[in-house]
Amino acid sequence: MSETVIELKGIKKEFPGVLALDKVQLKVGKGEVHALVGENGAGKSTLMNILSGTYQPNEGEILYKGASVRFPEPRDAQDAGIAMIHQELSLSPSLSIYENIFVGRLLKNRFGLTDIAAMIRDSSVFLEELGMGTLDPKTLISDLSVSQQQLVEIAKAVSLNSDIIIMDEPTSSLTRKESLYLFKIIEGLKAKGVSVLFISHRMDEIFSISDKITVLRDGRYIDTLDTGITNEKEIVSLMVGRSLDKQFHREKKKEFSGNPLLEVKDLSVPGLFENVNFKLYSGMILGLTGLVGAGRSELVQSIFGADNLPDGEILIQGDPAQIKNVKDSVGLGLGLIPEGRKTQGIFREMSVRENISMTVLQKEPGQFLIDRARESEDVEEYIRKLRIKTPGPEQKIKFLSGGNQQKAILARWLLSSPRILILDEPTHGIDVGAKAEIYQLMEDLTREGIGILLISSELPEIITMSDEILVMSEGRINGSLPGDSASQDEIMQLSIPGKERSKA
Amino acid sequence: MDQKNPGILKKLLARREASVLIALIVLCVALSLMSPYFLKQRNIFSVLRQISAIAIMAVGQALIIITGGIDLSVGSMLGLMGVLTAVFSTWHLPPVLVFLIVIFCGILMGSINGLLVTKVNITPFIVTIGMMNIARGLSLLITGGMPIHIDSSINFLGGGYLGPIPFSVIIMALIAVLGILFASRTLPGRNVYAVGNNDRAAELSGVRVHRVKIMVYAITGALCALAGIIIGGTLNSADPNSGKGYEMDVIAAVILGGTSLSGGEGTIQGVLIGAALMGVLRNAFVLLGISAYLQIVTIGVVIIGAVAIDSFKTMQSSR
Repeated sequence: MSETVIELKGIKKEFPGVLALDKVQLKVGKGEVHALVGENGAGKSTLMNILSGTYQPNEGEILYKGASVRFPEPRDAQDAGIAMIHQELSLSPSLSIYENIFVGRLLKNRFGLTDIAAMIRDSSVFLEELGMGTLDPKTLISDLSVSQQQLVEIAKAVSLNSDIIIMDEPTSSLTRKESLYLFKIIEGLKAKGVSVLFISHRMDEIFSISDKITVLRDGRYIDTLDTGITNEKEIVSLMVGRSLDKQFHREKKKEFSGNPLLEVKDLSVPGLFENVNFKLYSGMILGLTGLVGAGRSELVQSIFGADNLPDGEILIQGDPAQIKNVKDSVGLGLGLIPEGRKTQGIFREMSVRENISMTVLQKEPGQFLIDRARESEDVEEYIRKLRIKTPGPEQKIKFLSGGNQQKAILARWLLSSPRILILDEPTHGIDVGAKAEIYQLMEDLTREGIGILLISSELPEIITMSDEILVMSEGRINGSLPGDSASQDEIMQLSIPGKERSKA
Repeated sequence: MDQKNPGILKKLLARREASVLIALIVLCVALSLMSPYFLKQRNIFSVLRQISAIAIMAVGQALIIITGGIDLSVGSMLGLMGVLTAVFSTWHLPPVLVFLIVIFCGILMGSINGLLVTKVNITPFIVTIGMMNIARGLSLLITGGMPIHIDSSINFLGGGYLGPIPFSVIIMALIAVLGILFASRTLPGRNVYAVGNNDRAAELSGVRVHRVKIMVYAITGALCALAGIIIGGTLNSADPNSGKGYEMDVIAAVILGGTSLSGGEGTIQGVLIGAALMGVLRNAFVLLGISAYLQIVTIGVVIIGAVAIDSFKTMQSSR
């Protein structure tokens, strides 16, 4: 056993209305790669933020290298050797790599002026160590890819002689190849005796690089396990507190009859997508997948009338539809739950009630005065139906966990009773429990005759849920596969750009 | 019920406008002890009359700031609308018609601001600083730089009394009630908050974001016209320089009332409290015979202080 670098004991953290952490402990050894897992809202990020001095615990003790410490500011944690790399990277985009690495502690020469040459030289060394020697330290951060920016953050952490580097979902925006590279870097840090503490949702990653796994659930400490002697199933069951022996199962249908609910013919927006055709029937889940950047979100937002109105034809129940804006599509019975809950979904400072009723209010013609009694009634019905966890409809939505925010956005659309529902990455970044609930809800909706267009990058999700799967690549539908027999391999083959189209 | 009461009190105190309301109450109590004139009916109505124009425009400004915009042209628009009132009055139009035409002109100018912000995609700061100059220049061109007499019974709106109550105070109360109802009970009001919170999410929820933005500038234009008519009526004349610097008083009232400059948050009630606090502060200096110059300094300190208290609260709750 290696010596313990940091130990947290009995940590408690309260936010207004929420007990985020209760009696949580954590122990990280020198040179250890430690994974922190749990459903969304389990308290992982809060714990990391306490460790890095961003939040102050209400109770509890932090033992760092054997001594009890407090970090009133992130700077104090940084000085002590704890660096945090946030999910949203915190570099200054308009400054160069070396300025970002040395921000707040610029090197001075003997005249007291900033020693740019020395900083560039040192930055080169740090970059070299991370295998980025070809990168000029004078490059602006805004000219770097996300993965390069992340490596600059790591270079900065290394330059601070950090003993512990905390990473919050470091691979969430990286490609597979970039992730593997990051793991190599983590191995290297480990060899130098640096401890790495990271949050991740991806089990394969956790099992390939971590030494230990700590599980949190509902703000409580559950267990810490040696990665070598546990398995994915055990971890998942600890996370959700119940065993998850089989995945969600859905019966697939092959034949649909009657007029399609939604049919698009030769839909194009120059530069985004071209000649898209598909038919969505009542009771059907049509999966739409492809690599990020294939044009999936652009396609559906365009159909929905949000921006870039397409050339081509949109038929709703057989009739040509004129959709010029979102209000038109709402009127025609379309609903879209966009990707990016925070950026395109929620109204942060508004209540759960106002968030849920937003669309249905727009739908009623001539609505001026809001009928508060009816609004509350509708909203409370859907809070119950979707089991949205909130102290009440007047709670501001920003205090809800990601999964519950997503359910509230679903409620917003269900309340406006759509016949066609477009879901863009509906389970992205939400926990296993909420995921299963959303799958069940989709199943229930198709039974009521609603047609669902499901966009997802998660292949198991697409395969489990879809009756038919469309694969998009470089703005084209590259092929379609039956939902009951498609394999991840087949989908991947069609997703890769530059391949022959299989069928029209 | 017993359990609920402390909760309600706590909720009230947690609201952004609470600190300003407490400040207003403390100030009023102190003033009533220090000066026998403060609570006199005449003094109270005179304070209310003085803040009426600012408060009326602040209702519109608050809506704009909640959507994430700002309007620096309110003072100049007030001046121009006063001048237009005088001009149309010389044409011997019936006062009702003059009133309607001037309000329409206000809506038109506000809409131009809104169209430039949305359709031409220029920052509100730039658009309205431009409009501020255009409106002021037009006032000076029309009048040749000299005040013109307003000879019309429309002056009653600004200078008239209903019993002991100045008519402008009645108008202010009416606008206040309408503003509060609009922001909290109507769909367009709800949409104002939605746009300020997240305009992309609003768009995708079916809110016509551009229309909402144009609407708040148009409403503000109309309210500036109303304020212009009131100021003109008070003096029976239209001064082309009238309303100079009012934009800052209006924005200060909005900010004092707990509206966030980054949009999405704020209430009309708060804004009215903010306007009242500024009015009472001014009155205090007059009643206590303290230098008017010190009054300006104090108002500056109060604005920064109120926002600072708020900022401390937010910092504490997020740590």
